[in-house]
Amino acid sequence: MSGSHSRSLSLAKRGLNFEMLMWLFTRLSGLAMYAFILFAIVGALLMGARNDMNFADVMRWGFMPNVSHVGNTDIPELEPWSTPFWKLTASGLLLLAVAHGVHGLVVIADDYIVTRRGRNLVRILSILFMLTMIGIGLYVLWTS
Amino acid sequence: MGLRRNVSLTTALRYKGQGTFLTYILHRIGGLGMAIFITTHILASFLGGKGGVWVNTIYENWLFQIFIFFCTLFHAVNGLRIIIVDLFPKLITYQRETLWIEWAVFLPLFGFAVFVITSTALGV
Repeated sequence: MSGSHSRSLSLAKRGLNFEMLMWLFTRLSGLAMYAFILFAIVGALLMGARNDMNFADVMRWGFMPNVSHVGNTDIPELEPWSTPFWKLTASGLLLLAVAHGVHGLVVIADDYIVTRRGRNLVRILSILFMLTMIGIGLYVLWTS
Repeated sequence: MGLRRNVSLTTALRYKGQGTFLTYILHRIGGLGMAIFITTHILASFLGGKGGVWVNTIYENWLFQIFIFFCTLFHAVNGLRIIIVDLFPKLITYQRETLWIEWAVFLPLFGFAVFVITSTALGV
């Protein structure tokens, strides 16, 4: 079946299954992570990163706005960097990143594990892995 | 069964779809690199202690930062290209041009980052 043919089918005929929803989620979460990272970088620049942080540290903060990522910089006062506001931002980014990443791992695994049993096992393990990493990640974020 | 390739990696890269195949491979390497990095980094931060601190010092090494920044930036730039092409399917006609734009965006950004990280690390 050619790509143009399947695209001409209506959504109802194609069916709205889980894989299709995850395809959409991967793209939307990618865009959302762009927004989160830009937001964190702008926040860092507004809180004094222009004078007190080097480029690599701004990137570290941008990719995960956790206060331990600015501990080694010249930032004089760490209080504004560990507010619930930034912890919530970091938690949102963590949830998006883990869901996006674990689904990516499942997609890669599907290229090599092709039996129904194997794929079911991959899915069960991936859900367990995802929940574990979200739990540990949130714990680290809210206790640091 | 799944692991068997019809052609070798080098043949695939020389094949007509070379540009997209290269970005596809690099997208996977970047994604896997980030997944491994983030998993071990979160675990190391959680466990702490000597082992955790040792693992996290690797992540503060400038050579590792260049590697992980390559993974992240390439995955982000290529991902944005995929999103744009998927949201506007007519653009698939210009796939080759989207690849040129992608490299034109990625290479200066990555080059700048490598320059800044290297000069900061070496104290130049």
